[in-house]
Amino acid sequence: MSENVQLLENQYVLFKLGKEYYGIDIHNVQTIEKVIDITRVPHSPAYVEGVINLRGEIIPVINLRTRLNLENVQVTSESRIIITKCDEIIVGLLVDSSSEVISLDEIQLEDAPKVSENISEKNIKGIGKDKDRIIILLDIEGILQS
Amino acid sequence: MDINQYLEIFIEESKENLQNMNEALLKLENDKDEIELVHEIFRVAHTLKGMSATMGFGKIAHFTHEMEDILQSVRSGEVRITDNIIDVLFQCLDVLEEYINNIVETGSEGDKDYSHLLVKLHEAINPENSQVVEEVKEEVAATVENTIETTEEVQLNENGRIEIEIDEFTKNAILKSVKDGFNSFKLKIELNQNCMLKSARAFIIFNTLEKDGEIVKANPTVEDIEDENFEYTFELVIISRSDGNEILERIKSISEIENVHIETIMEKAKETVTEPVKETVKAEKKKIEPKKTANKEEKARNSKPKLGKTVRVDIDRLDNLMNLVSELIITRSRLTDMEETTKKQDMNESIEYLERITTNLHDAVMKVRMVPIERVFNRFPRMVRDLSKELGKEISLIMSGEETEVDRTVIDEIGDPLIHLIRNSIDHGIENPEERIKNGKSEIGTVKLIAYPDGNSVVIEVEDDGGGINIDKVKNKAKDNGLITEEQMSTIDDRDALQLLFKSGFSTADKISDISGRGVGLDVVKTKIESLGGAVEVQSTRLRGSKFIIRLPLTLAIIQALLVNVGEEKYAIALNSIKEIVTIKSENIRKIQEQEVVLYRDTTLPLLRMEKILDVSTNEENKEDLIVVVVKKGEQVAGFIVDGLIGQQEIVIKSLGKFLAGINIIAGATILGNGQVALIVDTNSLL
Repeated sequence: MSENVQLLENQYVLFKLGKEYYGIDIHNVQTIEKVIDITRVPHSPAYVEGVINLRGEIIPVINLRTRLNLENVQVTSESRIIITKCDEIIVGLLVDSSSEVISLDEIQLEDAPKVSENISEKNIKGIGKDKDRIIILLDIEGILQS
Repeated sequence: MDINQYLEIFIEESKENLQNMNEALLKLENDKDEIELVHEIFRVAHTLKGMSATMGFGKIAHFTHEMEDILQSVRSGEVRITDNIIDVLFQCLDVLEEYINNIVETGSEGDKDYSHLLVKLHEAINPENSQVVEEVKEEVAATVENTIETTEEVQLNENGRIEIEIDEFTKNAILKSVKDGFNSFKLKIELNQNCMLKSARAFIIFNTLEKDGEIVKANPTVEDIEDENFEYTFELVIISRSDGNEILERIKSISEIENVHIETIMEKAKETVTEPVKETVKAEKKKIEPKKTANKEEKARNSKPKLGKTVRVDIDRLDNLMNLVSELIITRSRLTDMEETTKKQDMNESIEYLERITTNLHDAVMKVRMVPIERVFNRFPRMVRDLSKELGKEISLIMSGEETEVDRTVIDEIGDPLIHLIRNSIDHGIENPEERIKNGKSEIGTVKLIAYPDGNSVVIEVEDDGGGINIDKVKNKAKDNGLITEEQMSTIDDRDALQLLFKSGFSTADKISDISGRGVGLDVVKTKIESLGGAVEVQSTRLRGSKFIIRLPLTLAIIQALLVNVGEEKYAIALNSIKEIVTIKSENIRKIQEQEVVLYRDTTLPLLRMEKILDVSTNEENKEDLIVVVVKKGEQVAGFIVDGLIGQQEIVIKSLGKFLAGINIIAGATILGNGQVALIVDTNSLL
């Protein structure tokens, strides 16, 4: 991929966990859904919330808070499931809220800080700056690896 | 013309053709005088030659061409089929298969060269006079070179110089044909400038020439000529029974031809052929034969539609259709649920109607996916043949029920386990001929492969009349591998002991063991079959033989299931694994070494609490009456305690996807009428 294309393609779906902003590469995002009935799957990893029926497809849902070792909170009307796809694996991510898509230029991006609280390094692709906001850019592949 | 769009058809048809060749060869081996089989093999080689040449696979074309040549001498009665010839023909078949497989994998036929096999085949055909032939060949070769030189001289003197080169392959063909009494010529044909359909004209010329001869080389290539990739002239090397003048006359009688040049490469070399009298007889024979085969080919073609009209369908499209049907079924269940609340007469009727349609549609789609198990079976005769030769045991393979139909997905998966079992039967089950005679059995061992439908499942049996399984040795081995304790060894009954064969620890050590190696990889077989939702068991009688019974579900996608409540959650259990549903009193439960059991119909039934297995948090106090779903797996039985029964329903199995693939006790999920997801419990993994 040439750098030009990369610049054009630097679009991220923004969402919140608590007070922090997070971003996922828009190419990995299929849709954003309101929270629907989630069926618990026994013997699955703790961060797997369960499976949902998304228009006839069975899709696993990961609780991103649990996955990133953040404190768990109640699902609210603001909560969303972001349906992501990576290497043929389709997984929903349960997040606190999600509303916008932003473009980040190369200059607005930084490498992930070496020391970060709670979040293990392999889950972060980098840090984005948008005015005053700091956006943690997640690495979906890392998230999906158990 | 884009050849690639035909590639898949080519591959499919080639495989079919090779399969036919395989069958014909197997039959021929048992009945060497059946000339019709030789015709069949010849036909297949010929078809393959044509197809592969069209597709641009020159190696296959060349190879089959040579095979054809050799088979021709069998067809003409010159040579009798021997074991040696059959062996080499089988090897040729393998080579062709390899080429085709290469095409499947890489799109090209690969660059392996198998000319040594053809040499072998030549030798097999002419075992005694191979030397004589060699000499004759050399002699002829010398003359050919001379002739070619002389003709070249002639060419220089003419305007219509013929440039076509004679390569090694063509030269060989010419040498052979000359020996058989053919003439060979170079031809240069110039079409009229006004010729409209050049390729069609060329086709007519080819047809005319091939009436009593063969085109061995063309410049440009035959494909190019067919595609009209030439100006107005093309050159050919032909071998023909006719002499040059005849050919010239015949071509000239075709319209739109401007000019024809002909040069003789070689005339028939009668002096090199041993018996001129035989020669003429042969020629007559050959003249009659093409007609006969043509008739038969026609017959074969006419009889083909009787096999059933078939359409090749992309499996993805079928899957899509299948998914739509599943959706329909889900909607149906939803409507059925609704019907309980809104009790209207016409609604009832339309629901019934919908039910009938969905059921029929489901059936129809399922049937489209069904394939006769013959597809798997037909590779075994060859395998058994090779194995029996390799091991020096005479084996007769009896197959029945090839027409039994199974789902495509099952067909694709079941091959390997069956190969394994058959190998085991022949390699370890059936004794050596001497031993068999000593045991008062016929020298020839028998392996039976039987398939038949049984209710909602298909049963495949692999049976041999060999020495059976030595249960004591199995026990000893299991003890050595730490699968059972000394104590268990003496208490375990024969049936359970045989089950040890399928344990994974059993096979790893000491592969070629003296307990006839029966354990080798059987755990793999078992895992595979269970992953298909099936079961495998083994029966064995000492000295009489053993029998493996595989039971597979007819379809994998839509099943009848029982929905149960566990705590607040709903789960589905496949109906075909359920034996019955009973209620028991909790006071009757006894504990044996931490395992809850209940005495039921005079046997102890082990009990499993679903809420524990599934980690469901229930705060209900201990109930007095417990609902137990009795589940079977082969001969094993266990009771699952559930909180409530919802009812029987047709469910569509959906995979949980790659991400959750590692969860063993859940076989998948299904969507209920209300859109909720219920998980399907894999009871097999729990027993």
